[in-house]
Amino acid sequence: MTAEAKLHLRGRVWLFGDAVNTDEMYPGFAMRLPVHEAAQHMFDATRPDWPALVRAGDIMVGGRRFGLGSARPVPLLLRELGVCCVLAEEFSSLFLRNCINHGLPALAMPGVRAAFDEGNVAEVDVIAARVRNASTGHELVGKPYPPLVLELLRHGGVEARLRSHGYLA
Amino acid sequence: MTGATIIEKLLTRASDKDTVEPGDIVVAPVDVAVLLDTQFFGPSWEGLRRVHDPERLAIVLDHAVPAPGVREAAAGTRARKFAQRFGVRRFLDIGRHGIVHQVIAERGWAVPGQVLACSDSHTCAAGAFNVAARGLGAAEMMQIVSTGSTWYQVPPTIRYDLEGRLAADVTGKDVFLHIAGAYGDALNHALEIGGPGLADLSISDRHTIAAQGAELGADFTVFPADERCLKYLAERTTAEPSPVSEDAAARYAVRRTVDLDVVEPMLARPGAVIDNTVPVRGVGQVRLDQCFIGSCANGKIADLEIAARILAGRTVAAGTRLIITPASQATYLEASRRGYLSTFVEAGAVVTNPTCGACFGYHLGVVGPGEVCLTASTRNFRGRMGSPDAEIYMASPATAAASAIAGRIIDPRELA
Repeated sequence: MTAEAKLHLRGRVWLFGDAVNTDEMYPGFAMRLPVHEAAQHMFDATRPDWPALVRAGDIMVGGRRFGLGSARPVPLLLRELGVCCVLAEEFSSLFLRNCINHGLPALAMPGVRAAFDEGNVAEVDVIAARVRNASTGHELVGKPYPPLVLELLRHGGVEARLRSHGYLA
Repeated sequence: MTGATIIEKLLTRASDKDTVEPGDIVVAPVDVAVLLDTQFFGPSWEGLRRVHDPERLAIVLDHAVPAPGVREAAAGTRARKFAQRFGVRRFLDIGRHGIVHQVIAERGWAVPGQVLACSDSHTCAAGAFNVAARGLGAAEMMQIVSTGSTWYQVPPTIRYDLEGRLAADVTGKDVFLHIAGAYGDALNHALEIGGPGLADLSISDRHTIAAQGAELGADFTVFPADERCLKYLAERTTAEPSPVSEDAAARYAVRRTVDLDVVEPMLARPGAVIDNTVPVRGVGQVRLDQCFIGSCANGKIADLEIAARILAGRTVAAGTRLIITPASQATYLEASRRGYLSTFVEAGAVVTNPTCGACFGYHLGVVGPGEVCLTASTRNFRGRMGSPDAEIYMASPATAAASAIAGRIIDPRELA
């Protein structure tokens, strides 16, 4: 897969509400577990069946204040489950940075929550910050990332970028 | 003429620009980068080829110490090897440790005018010292350790002007809970706290409020460096401060006044703090299985002092546990010297070693299904302190100590 392909995505949508927090996504006790096991405990308190239902290439769509809370590496669990992109009305900036730094595209897109029903297919152009509901034809446009963030995403996150620049073995 | 807020000035200076506006992306060198034990849970740091500047780096073991399991023990070993390999002199191993934000404060590692980076979300605590500090996540710390710099988006600023003075048994925690309940979130904004009431607000209270900015979704919480701040730091470091103040014509997204005289003991109901707090006195009967006093927000000596005063000569109610976690070894030692530890144990409380521990539901005070906990720590999300079927209320150390004695949630002034 070319680098550019990672920034043009298409996947089935899972809908979440407002104020989805980090502890809900990554329970404290799960931090004791290896990533592949911890991923099975995502949303233990609120949506425990979800880790078994989500498939590679799926997209999360959330509401306001998405990712409020701690710095724990939630994107590692999302990637483990195959989630390829997170869209939300707004993100906690720490959660957003974590996603970018782990190479998981996350786009703030006002109106996105109402634009999708669960199971719709979303098409996402991360570079242009465009989202289209392929099931309804509805289109949304957000604010594109600055070049330095796009560069991080093209590399697949911080570790991959450091590796390609010789900082990391 | 336009003016700049404190965070705008800090980021302008750090990025060597003439001026910045909210929304701008700037790249800035990081003056102090602090790594934690959680960074070493995985092996990826072993592959790092070089460190930009070991003198700008510190390592603090705090989240899961002493190791409750083999995974955490292995993390400690990796951290020790890393510190040795790269010559990191500021390495606080178990025995010299404390919760990172507490040791940054008590050792004077954050000096006005600087940029400070740490993975942890409560890194904004260092904003109490007029520092641009925010949580960045572990992956970004690897980049900062390697390259020495990172990027920031300049946030718009919400300004709080404090007036008046806090009443007895009312502390910074109550100010934060008051703000969270009355005004809601500050998502992706900077909080700037100042005004005439600041002069009487202790460094401890400022640090609590700054740490808890994270719960409102704030990127940064910044205070001006007044005389009290500079005196506190002069007792701890020889580093030269370069404070910045807001301009008279600074532009704020919102500007609000908080009258400290009328703030009373506050309580967050389970699940969240944003738009979810009430005065403790109106709460009614809530029976408690556990009370906790600790964390970067509420494990300071001032927190333990108020708890000791309330607990002296009293006992924790039958059927209720009180767990107290001093925020650092220095805090623990000072509490011991002052006799607080004896007071706590005589009252029937458990005193643990300094760690993030129970605050994030990892060890030393995890709550079980169906239990009700009142915590003086940082967060009360569902499942935060253990079982998702536990209820977690949040309040000040004074309220937690008084409630432990009563076995139910009470206003600490009821005991007076």
